Formats: sequence, structure tokens, C-alpha cells
Amino acid sequence: MMIASLGHFGLFLALALSVYAGAAAIGGARAGREDWLASSRNAVLAQFCLVTLALLLLEYALLTSDFSLRYVAHNSTRGSLTRYKIAGLWGSLEGSLLLWAWLQSGFAVLVVARYHDRHPAVLPYVQAVLQGISAFFLVVMTFAVNPFTPLAPIPPDGRGLNPLLEVTDMLVHPLLLYLGYVGFSVPFAFAMAALLTGRLSDEWLRLTRRWTILAWVCLTAGIFYGGWWSYRTLGWGGYWAWDPVENASFMPWLTGTAFIHSVMIQERKRMLKVWNLLLITLTFALVIFGTFLTRSGILGSVHAFADGPVGILFLGFLALVLLGALGLIAYRADALKGHGTLDALVSRESAFLLNNVVLLGLCFTVFLGTIFPLLTEALRGTKISVGTPYFNRVSVPLGLALLLLMGIGPLLAWGRASGPQLRRNFLKPALLAAAGTALAALLGLRQAAALAAGFCACFVIGAIAWEFATATRTRARATGESWVQAWAALLLKSRRRYGGLIVHLGVVLAIVGIAMSSLYKVEREATLKPGERLAIGPYTLQFQDLQAAERPTHILVWANLAVSEAGTLRATLRPGQRFYPNQQTPFASVDARYHWQADLYTILSTFERDGSSATFKVLINPMIAWIWLGGGVIVLGVLVAVLPERRLALLTVRAKAQVA
Amino acid sequence: MRGHRRKYLLAGGVVLAALGGLVYSGMREALVYFYTPTEVQAQAAALRGKALRVGGMVAAGSVHWEPQTLRLTFVLTDGQTQLPVRHTGTAPDLFQEGAGAVVEGTWVPEGYLRASTIMAKHSEEYRPPAHPETLAGKKALFQSLRPGETP
Repeated sequence: MMIASLGHFGLFLALALSVYAGAAAIGGARAGREDWLASSRNAVLAQFCLVTLALLLLEYALLTSDFSLRYVAHNSTRGSLTRYKIAGLWGSLEGSLLLWAWLQSGFAVLVVARYHDRHPAVLPYVQAVLQGISAFFLVVMTFAVNPFTPLAPIPPDGRGLNPLLEVTDMLVHPLLLYLGYVGFSVPFAFAMAALLTGRLSDEWLRLTRRWTILAWVCLTAGIFYGGWWSYRTLGWGGYWAWDPVENASFMPWLTGTAFIHSVMIQERKRMLKVWNLLLITLTFALVIFGTFLTRSGILGSVHAFADGPVGILFLGFLALVLLGALGLIAYRADALKGHGTLDALVSRESAFLLNNVVLLGLCFTVFLGTIFPLLTEALRGTKISVGTPYFNRVSVPLGLALLLLMGIGPLLAWGRASGPQLRRNFLKPALLAAAGTALAALLGLRQAAALAAGFCACFVIGAIAWEFATATRTRARATGESWVQAWAALLLKSRRRYGGLIVHLGVVLAIVGIAMSSLYKVEREATLKPGERLAIGPYTLQFQDLQAAERPTHILVWANLAVSEAGTLRATLRPGQRFYPNQQTPFASVDARYHWQADLYTILSTFERDGSSATFKVLINPMIAWIWLGGGVIVLGVLVAVLPERRLALLTVRAKAQVA
Repeated sequence: MRGHRRKYLLAGGVVLAALGGLVYSGMREALVYFYTPTEVQAQAAALRGKALRVGGMVAAGSVHWEPQTLRLTFVLTDGQTQLPVRHTGTAPDLFQEGAGAVVEGTWVPEGYLRASTIMAKHSEEYRPPAHPETLAGKKALFQSLRPGETP
């Protein structure tokens, strides 16, 4: 009871402080009262302390199995491992809102600490917008879905997380996504502050560049991690299903990616001011919309969502964000007129513009596919579904277009690309692409989509390599440094540019992996008696027997499959099923032989209890590892681009000292 | 300047049209209508040969599974109508008699649904049964299997 009252009261107090901090910041800025501003900053800190307290209380209740809280009883059991008790915090709606609110408050404190003395003119408004967002989450928790709702009578044991969530990935994937989601609120807040104060130069873009990139990379890593998780453990052999929940994270990723690119045009050419404001608004709105989609119950049925107040609150907040931002942009329309114009159709800015159009087009088609079933159910009462074929059909051509643009864009000059320069820059990547495609065709690739992806990928890789090579050569000649030194110095000197190219390389690797694994997947299903074999691709799998073992939370039954290739034993795979008490159906426990060329992936579908036969699904997924590798390269590229200058400089000084 | 603007509007228009075409063709191909078994029965003639998605409960005692041929048959019901379903392959993890399932497939002239995909429907929030089982109870099910160290 103590915790329930204390926690709920803490959230109320935090809400009051958020409102006060926002009001005092704006009031102080308008009246020029430094003391009000100082008080507002204190309130931001106090609010963070209160939300932290609430978070710790809930974690404490989870760790001590205090089932007098409904949330604890629904999301953990006495027997859960400590790490899953901790993860119970983001296991369902109320707790994940609390985690969100905590991250939001934490980011607000970081922003205040970093900018209050350097940018006193905009900071109060940034602070007010961030507190407004915090206040929204606190309102949802205090008035609609309280994480501290008491439960009576107190049950002897809790329900626990869904067994599918009791894996270590649960400690990583949701946190990365939340960091990404919450991270985008910072550039959004700066954009709104720019509109509110009328300081519409590039200031807000420069200040939030790093925040945006970090939010983007967290979201990217979260999405990749989610795919990897799903692939390794969910037991259907895939990593992405165009599920609305997945789409909800993909849509802000698409607009966020567009934003990162279009920002560069504004910095260079003083154009697209309104467009950039719209993009960051859209990104933040899609974050809220995604949360609405996944948390309001609307996906189950349009009618289910009317039952809870959560959906209405989220929709109201979404409307407030969109109307507020659009209203402010309209209000500042005169001041937002761009100064520059596009000089030529063939230029880097046009390529960026086209990239924006394609990214937004993709976002729009995904959005349409996601909400179409909801719309038809609400308007016409018919239930339809938009299946994977739709998403694949629209995303493949748009994805290829993006890939091609990724190669073309960096080769074009800003302003106006000249004819000879174009020929010089394009010739080698194009030749490489042609050679690569020919090689792929010789190796047996026949599908048009695979060849097109191969062509685009080789072109981009060629363009990136060409870019690195010429710049390194030029520098090495001019300075007399060795090639390696020249290359490292280049990376350091224009980290943003070369970091970006490395990110592109990661995207190419991932797209190649996606294309190959979806086009050349091989699947076999068979029931085997002990001793019988199944052939797939170059492999023969022999079913030996079934075994069972008791684990702390479940019984594991697995099959021993001896995998041989050309008569040589390569591995023993052990796909199985996990049987949990209180679960009527088992959960798959897949096993795979991971390899950079192709994964051999095995699933135990069903079996006879006496071990006399078992049914397997076996897949060969070519080049799926390239997707995860691409994700890693993307993160690496971002690190190159954003790591603080001083730290990198220090590293190179050391490296040079060692060389000398 | 004005010429430029026209050029860009034109380019934008072309891009939008292409996008619209893409969405339209994608939707035409991939929209699957959702029916109940009763609706399928009522429109049996019109739906013949069409791809559809049918939701209902897996009727108790109706599931037949031949491991050797991977042939799975069961009856999908909405309480009024019984709709036979045939499938080649295994059922998904949460598929069981008495539980909800959504079947995607073709309604064939022979009067059954030839399934291409079966999705087991489970509620988002998971509820264990009223009478809790124990780990030992689960273990007893697999007594005849060779015990082993966890891989």
C-alpha cells in the first residue's frame, strides 16, 4: 500500500512540477526574470528526481515480488530471474510509459545542463516544450493507466512475462527503441523553440545535429536488434513481418532519415526551412502515432480501443503536436522564406531532394498499408488485411531507388555538376556495377530483383570506394603521408562526410542481405523417424533421437540432428520445444548453423511423445548474416561521425606517436 | 525561376503518380478480405477460387494430423457454420482445438478451404489457466525420452 500511494503521489507531484517548470520558463523568458528561469531549471531537476523515485519504487516492487501492485502481479513471478524482474518494467503498457517518462525527464535535464548558459535565448522554450511532452506522459499515468494501481486480494504468485519475452534480448531491444523515440523529442523541441522565438536561422539544426544522429542510430540499432531477436528466437525463420508494431518503428525511422539528409541542404543552400520543420514534426508525430497504434488496443479491433482512455489521450496529444507545429509554421511563414534556389536538376541537392521524396513515399505507403484495415473497419465495417505482398511490392522498387540514389548523391557536386566531372566520377562505379552484376549472373543469380539489387549495391560500393581512394591519394600526394595515415587523417578531418559514407556502406550490406535471403530462401518440411534423413541444398540432416531436460522455468525437449555436407559431419543441431507450466502450447527453440554465406536454420515443429518421430522445418537462408553485419557497420559509421573531436584527436596523436 | 518551379512541379507530379500506381497495384494484389465461416458458406459460389482470410475457432475434436504426409485437416467454426480446412505443413505454435485461428487460403470448388497460412490467434495479454500446473507435471509427459544435459 505504501509503495502504491507513494508512487502515485510522486507522479502527481512530478506532473505539477512539469507544468510549473514549463510555465516558469516561458514566463521568465518573456519577463526577463532570471530568478524565474533559475527556479524553472530547479523544477526540471526536481521533476527528474521524482520520476526517478517512481521508477525505482516500481523496480523495487518488481524485485521484491510485491504483488499488492497489479502491475507487478501481471508482469513478474516469484521464480523469475532477477534480470526478467527488472525487464518487467517495460513488459507492458503502464511500466513502459513510466520508463518513457523517465528517459524524457532525463533528456530534459541533460539539455538544460548543456545549453542553459550558452543559449539562454532559446533554452527556456526548449525546456517548456520538453516539459509539455513529459507532462503528457505523466497525465496518461496519473489519470488513465496508473502503474501503481493496487491489487486486492493479493495473489500468492504473479503471472509473469510472456515466456517469449523472457530472453536477454528483452533487456536491449526495447531500451534502444525508447532511446531513439525519446531522442527525437529533443530536435523537435528545439524546432518548436525556434518557431516560438522567431530565431529561425540554422541555430536549432546545429545545436541538435548530434542529438538527431544519436536518436537515429538508437532507433536503427533497435530495429536491427529486433529483427535479429525475432530471427534467432521466435522460430518462424524470418526477421521482419510488416507487423503494425514493426511498421510503427519503421515510419519515424524513414522520416528521421529524410530529415538527416534534408538538413544538409538547409545548411549549404539556406533552402527547405519549412520542409525541415515539417520533417522533424512528422518524425515526432509518428513516434507518438506508433505508440498510439501499439498501445491503444486499436490493432485488435477499432472497437476495442474506444474502451480505454489511453487511445483518446494519445490521439489528443497527436492532434496538439500537429496543430501546434503547423500553426506555428504558418504564423512564421514570412520569416521562413528560403533564400537559395536549386541551380540545376543534376546536383547533389536534387539527389537529396529526390531521396527525401522516396523516403517519404515509402513512409506513406507503409502508413497506408498499416492503417488501411483500421479505416475500412471503421468506415465500412468490413474486415480486411493488407498482407506482406503489398509491403514487399511497394518497398522493393522504392528501396532500390534509394539504393541507387545513395550511390549517385555523393558523386554529384553541390550546386551544378559539370559534364566532364560527371563522366569522370560515374565511370568507375558504373563499370564496377556492370562487372559485379555480370559476375552475379555467372554465379547463377537469375531473378531480376536480385540482379537489380546487385547492380545498385555494386554501384554504391564503387562510388564509396572511389570517393575514399581519390581523396586519400590527393592527400597523400599533397602531404607526403603514407596512404594509411592520409586515410585516417581524412576520416578525422571530415568525419561527418566519411562517417556518413560508412553508414551508407552498412545500409548496402543490409539491403544485399535482405534481397538475397528473401529471394533465395529454401524451405523443406518433413516428418522423420530416428535414423531417417532429409536433404536440403548441400546438406543432409539425420534425425538421431529426442531428448528432454528440466530447466529452471520449463522443460526442454530437443532433437539431435546430425548435419553433414558431402559426407562430412559438419555439426549437430538441436532444435527443440520449450514446455512451460501454465502454457498449453509449447514455444519453439530453434537452432541454426550461422554462416556468412548462408544460415542452416532448423525448427522442431512437432513430435511424438515417445520419440518415435518428429516433424522438422528446415530453411537455408542465404546471406542473412549480412543484414546484422550491415547494422553493425551503420553504428560504426555513426560513431565515426559523432564521436567528440578531442577524443578522436587524442587517439590519432597516440597512434602517430607509436608510428614514430 | 518560374520555369524552374514548373519543372519541379512536373517532376513532383510524375513521382506522385508513380507512387499512386505502385500503391494501387500493390493493394489490388494484396488486399485480402476477412470472412467468417458463415459468410463463406453464404457466398460460396461467388467466393469460389478466391483468396480469402477466414477467422474462427478450431472446432474441438476436428484436428487430424498425418505426420508422414504433413497433411493437416480441421474444422473452423463461428458457432453457426462448420468450415473444413485442409493444409499441408505444420500448424503454428499456439494453434490448438478450441482456440481462435485465422486461415488464409483459397476456397476451392470441392467445398473446403485450402490453407496457405494458418495463424493462431492469442490474446495480447497472456493468461495462464485457472489451475496452475507444475514443472514436474510437464516433465512427466516426456518420461520415455532420453534425459540429457541442456544443450
